Amino acid sequence: MEALALLIAATLNAGTVLAIAALGLLINEKVGVVNLGAEGLMLCGALAGFAAVVHLGVHPVGFLAGMGVAALLSLLFGWLVIYLNTNQYATGLALSLLGAGLSAFAGQPYTQYKLPELVAPAVPLLADLPFIGPALFRQHVLVYGAIALALALVWLFDRTRTGLVLRSVGESPESAHALGYPVRRIRLLAVVLGGALCGLAGAYVSTVYTPLWVEGMIAGKGWIALALTTFATWRPARVLLGAYLFGGVTMLQFHLQGMGVAVPSQFLTMLPYLATIVVLVLISRSPLWIRTHMPQSLGKPFHPGS
Amino acid sequence: MLRLELRPQPSAAWSAASPLLALAITVVIGMALFAALGKDPVAGLRVFFWEPMRDARAWSELLLKATPLLLIGLGLAIGFRSNVWNIGAEGQFIIGAVFASGTALALAGAAWPVWPVVLLAGVVGGWLWAAITALLRDRFHANEILVSLMLVYVAVQVLNYLVYGPWKDPMGFNFPQTQRFDPQAMVPRLYAGLRLHWGLVMALVAVVAVWVFLFRTRAGFAQQVGGLAPAAARYAGFSSRRALWVAMGVTGALAGLAGALEVAGPVGQLTPHVPVGYGFAAIIVAFVGRLHPLGIVGSALLMSLFYIGGELAQSRLGLPKSITGVFQGLLLLTLLACDTLIHYRLRWRKG
Amino acid sequence: MSPPPRLQLHHITKRYPGVVANDGVSLEVQPGSIHAVLGENGAGKSTLMKIIYGAVQPDDGAVLFNGRPVHVRNPQEARALGISMVFQHFSLFETLTVAENVWLGLDAALSLREVSESIEVKAREYGLEIDPRRPVHTLSVGERQRVEIVRALLTQPQLLILDEPTSVLTPQAVERLFGVLRQLASEGCSILYISHKLHEIRALCDTCTVMRGGRVTGVCDPRQASNAELSRLMIGSEPPALPPHRAASGDVVLDVCALTLPSSEPFGTDLQAVDLQVRAGEIVGIAGVSGNGQRELLAALSGEVTAAPPGSIRLDGRDIARLGPGPRRRQGLHFVPEERLGRGAVPSMGLAHNLLLTRREAVGPAGWLHLGALRAQARDLIERYRVKAAGPDAAAQSLSGGNLQKFIVGREIDARPRVFIVAQPTWGVDVGAAAQIRAEIVALREAGCAVLVVSEELDELFELCDRLYVMARGRLSPPLTVAQATPQRVGEWMSGLWPQAPEPVQEGQHAAA
Repeated sequence: MEALALLIAATLNAGTVLAIAALGLLINEKVGVVNLGAEGLMLCGALAGFAAVVHLGVHPVGFLAGMGVAALLSLLFGWLVIYLNTNQYATGLALSLLGAGLSAFAGQPYTQYKLPELVAPAVPLLADLPFIGPALFRQHVLVYGAIALALALVWLFDRTRTGLVLRSVGESPESAHALGYPVRRIRLLAVVLGGALCGLAGAYVSTVYTPLWVEGMIAGKGWIALALTTFATWRPARVLLGAYLFGGVTMLQFHLQGMGVAVPSQFLTMLPYLATIVVLVLISRSPLWIRTHMPQSLGKPFHPGS
Repeated sequence: MLRLELRPQPSAAWSAASPLLALAITVVIGMALFAALGKDPVAGLRVFFWEPMRDARAWSELLLKATPLLLIGLGLAIGFRSNVWNIGAEGQFIIGAVFASGTALALAGAAWPVWPVVLLAGVVGGWLWAAITALLRDRFHANEILVSLMLVYVAVQVLNYLVYGPWKDPMGFNFPQTQRFDPQAMVPRLYAGLRLHWGLVMALVAVVAVWVFLFRTRAGFAQQVGGLAPAAARYAGFSSRRALWVAMGVTGALAGLAGALEVAGPVGQLTPHVPVGYGFAAIIVAFVGRLHPLGIVGSALLMSLFYIGGELAQSRLGLPKSITGVFQGLLLLTLLACDTLIHYRLRWRKG
Repeated sequence: MSPPPRLQLHHITKRYPGVVANDGVSLEVQPGSIHAVLGENGAGKSTLMKIIYGAVQPDDGAVLFNGRPVHVRNPQEARALGISMVFQHFSLFETLTVAENVWLGLDAALSLREVSESIEVKAREYGLEIDPRRPVHTLSVGERQRVEIVRALLTQPQLLILDEPTSVLTPQAVERLFGVLRQLASEGCSILYISHKLHEIRALCDTCTVMRGGRVTGVCDPRQASNAELSRLMIGSEPPALPPHRAASGDVVLDVCALTLPSSEPFGTDLQAVDLQVRAGEIVGIAGVSGNGQRELLAALSGEVTAAPPGSIRLDGRDIARLGPGPRRRQGLHFVPEERLGRGAVPSMGLAHNLLLTRREAVGPAGWLHLGALRAQARDLIERYRVKAAGPDAAAQSLSGGNLQKFIVGREIDARPRVFIVAQPTWGVDVGAAAQIRAEIVALREAGCAVLVVSEELDELFELCDRLYVMARGRLSPPLTVAQATPQRVGEWMSGLWPQAPEPVQEGQHAAA
C-alpha cells in the first residue's frame, strides 16, 4: 500500500512537468501558433533556473529565472513567426536547436554543482491522512499549481469573453482582424505566456524533480508535451490527465527497473517515447475528429489585410 | 516606422543573398560572443574560417564531415519540398550505423571486400527506420514530426542496448563498444594518409541524382507540387502517398548510408558516440542551402566548417565544443528572418 | 435646413504595389437612401468599402460622416460611429455558436445571455429566423448571412454596407433580403449596396455610383437609367452578344447514374442518387447555391475522389467511377476547378510548369521533362488565349484573376477534351476576360465537346446553357431546357422543391437559403 501511495505521488510529480509545458503549448495553439521550440525553451529554462538557484540560493528565484529566459526566447520566436511571417515549423525547430546549443554551451560550468536541499513539502493536516496523505498531499506547490492552472484555463476558454476572443483568433485570424481585434498582439502575448510556462516546467525539472544540470536533461519532454496537446484535443483538463498518464508510464519504467525485471534497462527507457507514438497513432486515426477540435489556423501564417 | 510590404513577385536576388546575409549576421553575433567571453574575436574568426581550410589534411577533414551532412541534407531537401517533415533523420542515421555494424561483425573474417554489403545494410536500416514513420503517417495520419523524433530517442536506446550488451567487444576492457571492423569491411580511402573516403564520391553522385530528379523529371515535379499546393496535386492526380514514401524513403536511405559510412569509415566500430547530431544539423544544411542540391553542397561545407571550428575552439581557445550548436541554431534563425526579405520589402511609412 | 449627407467621400486614393485601387473617388450618400456602388470585379469597390469601414487606411482624401470629418482607424471606431458592414466572405467562426459570433462582433458591454436575447428580438423584428444557440458550421450559407446581418443590425447602424450579398442566395431569399433593407432604410439608416448585378440594383436602389478602374465614371438614378447606359458606365461599352442556342445533336458522352456518395469533408454534403447526362455538342449547367453538394459532385467527376459506386459515372459508355484524374484525362475528361490559385495552378510556379499539372506533351520517356518544348507550349497558349503575363515563366500568382483563368481554361480546352467541366468560370474575373472565356466555352460546344458548367450566377447559366439542372442538399433536380427555366422556378428548385423530390426542405436545414 505504501508503495502504491508513493507511486501515485511520483506520478503526480512526473506528470506536473509535462502538464505545465503542455498547458503552455495549449495556450499557443489555441491562438493558432505551434511552437516546436518547446524542447529548447525547457532546456534554457532548466539551465536558467538551476543557475539562479546556485547563485542566489533560493528556489522560487529559479522558477522566475526559467520563466524569464524562456519568455525572452519566445518573444524572439513570436516576432519572427507573427510579424515576419516565417514558417512556424522551421522557426520552432531552429529555436529548439538554438536552445539545445545555448544551454549546452552556457551550462558547461554548472555540471558539477549541487543545489541546496529542498524541504520536504507537506500540506498541513491533509498530509497525515492514511494513504491519500502520502499519495496526494506531500507534493511541491507547483504540482497543485499545475492543477490550478488547468482549471483556470478551462474557465478562461469556456466561460470568459477573453477566452472566446482567443479561440476566435485561433479559429480564423482573418475574421478576427476584420472585426477589429489586434490579432498579432494577441498571438504574441499568448506565445510569450506559453513559452514562459515551458521555461517554468524546465526549471522545475532542474531544481525540484532531479536537482542537477546535465546537457540535454529534458530528454524529449518538450516533444512529448507537444504530442500531449494534440492527444488532449486542445482541452486543458485532458492535458492534465494525459500528463499524469505519461508520468505514470515514466514511473512504471523506474519501478520495473527497481523490481529487477529481466528486461534490459534501455528498453524500459524507451517506454515513454513508444507510448507517445502509440498515443499519436490512436488519436490521429480519425482525421475528422482532429479537424473539428483543432484551431483551424494552427501553423498557418496570417497577413493582416493588404 | 518601418513596415513590411508584400512584393508582387518573390525576389530571386534576395533568395540567393539571404543565406549570405544570415551568415554575415551570425558571424557578427559570434564575434560579439567571443568578445563577451573574454576571447579575441579575430582569433575566433580565424579558428572557425581559416584553420579548417589551411592544408590538404584540413580539407580532407572538412570534406569528410561534410559528406554525411550532404547526404542527409539532400534527403531532407526532397522531404521539405514535399512538405514531409522528417525531423528524425538522426534516428535513421543511427539505425543505419547499427545495421552496417551488425553486417560488418557478421561478415568478420571474410576474404573479399565486404564494405559494399556493409553500406547496403546501412541503407536498408535507415530506410526501414524511416518506413516506420511513413507507415504511421500513411495509415494513421500520425504527425511525422513527432513520430520520427520519438524514434530518435528509441534508436539511441537500441544503440546503447547493443553496445552495452550483446555486441560489446569481449576484449574491449568492458568499454561500451564493438570490435573494430576488418579492413575488408571499411570503405576505401581516396588518398593515402588522409581519412577522406569514397563516401564523398557517393555523396556527389547523389547531388546529381537529386538535382535531375527534382528539376528534370515529372516525378520530381509531382513530388514538389505535393508540398507547394496539396489541392493542386490532388487535382493533377499526383499520389500524395507516393510522395510521402519517396520523401521518407530517400531520406532514410541516405541517412542510413551516412551512418554506415561513419562506422565503416573514420570510426571503425560502433560506439555510443557515433551519433553527433548530423541528422539535426542537416536540417539547417537543407534550409541554408535553399533546399537546392547545389546550394546544399555549399551549406554542407559551411556546417562542416562550424563543426571543425568548434573542435578547434575547444582545443585552441578553451571554449566548450557546444558553441557549434549555438552557431548552427543562430544561423538557421537568422536565415529564416532574412528570408522575409524575399517576399516582403522594407518601407518607411508614417504612423 | 435639410440634414447633412450621411456619408461623404472626397477624392479618396489608395495605392497598392502595381495598382491604384482607388483614384480620387468621391461619393455622397443621403440619410435613408439605398445607394448602389456598381462596378465589375477589380473596379475598386471592395477597397473603398474597407476604407469606409476602417480596415484599410487611404493614402489621400477625406471622409465626412454626418457632415463632420472623421478618421476611421479601425473597425471598432467605425462601429462606434454607426457604420456596420456585412462581408461578402463572412467573418464568422465556424465552431462557435451564433450568439458567440455576434457577441464577438459587438463591443464588450453586454453579457452573452443579453446578446442572445437581443438576437432573437432583432431577428423577429425583421422577419429573419435564427437560433442563437446553433454552432455556425451547421448553418447553410444563407443562414450565415442572416447572422452577419443581425450582427450588423444590433449595432444600431446609421450606415450599413453590404458587399455582394446576393451571390449566395436564391431569388426568393433575395426578395426577403430586399424587404429587410427597405425596412431599414425607411427607419433612416443609409445603405451602401455593392453589386455588379444590374437588375437587382434597379429593383432596390435609388442612387447608383458607377466605378471603373478605381475611378468614378458616373452617378445616376438606376430606376431611370437603361441597361445600356449602366453597362457603358461600368465597362465602357456594351457587353458582346453570344451565338444563339441550338438543339443538342450528339450522343450522351457523360452519363452519371444513381451517384450516391458520402462526403469526405467534416462539414460536407452527401450526394444522393444524382442523375445527369451531357451530350456531345451541348452545354449543360448546374445551378445552385454553393454548399449543396457541388464540391463533392465535381470531385467525384474529376477523379479527385475515387469512391463513387462502380458504374455510376460513365464516359462514352466506359466506367470511370473509380479512376483517378490522370486516367480520366487520358480518356478525354478535362476539368477547370473553381479555385485557381492552389488547385488549378500552383501559385509560386511558372505558367510553363503549371502546364505539367494536366498536360503530358512535353514529357518524354521515363518522365524526362523537355523544358524547351514546355515553354514553347506555354508561349503558344499565352498568345492564343490573350493571357497578359510576363512570359512562360511568370509565376501563376503574378497574373490577375482573369488572366490566370484564361490560361487555365485555355490549358484544358487546348487538350481537345471529349468532356469539359468547369466550376464558376467567371467568378472574380473582369468583364473582358469573362466574355472571352464564355466565348471559348461556346466554341467548344460548336466543336462537338460535351460541356458541363457549374455556377452560382443564374445570369451566366441562362446565357450559356442549353439545359439546366438544379442542385439542392446533395440531390440533383430533373433537367430543364433553358426555355422552361424561369428564375422563379429555378429559385424554387434551389430550395429542393422540384416535383418528385423526396421530402420538402424545412427552413433551418442544410439547403439553399
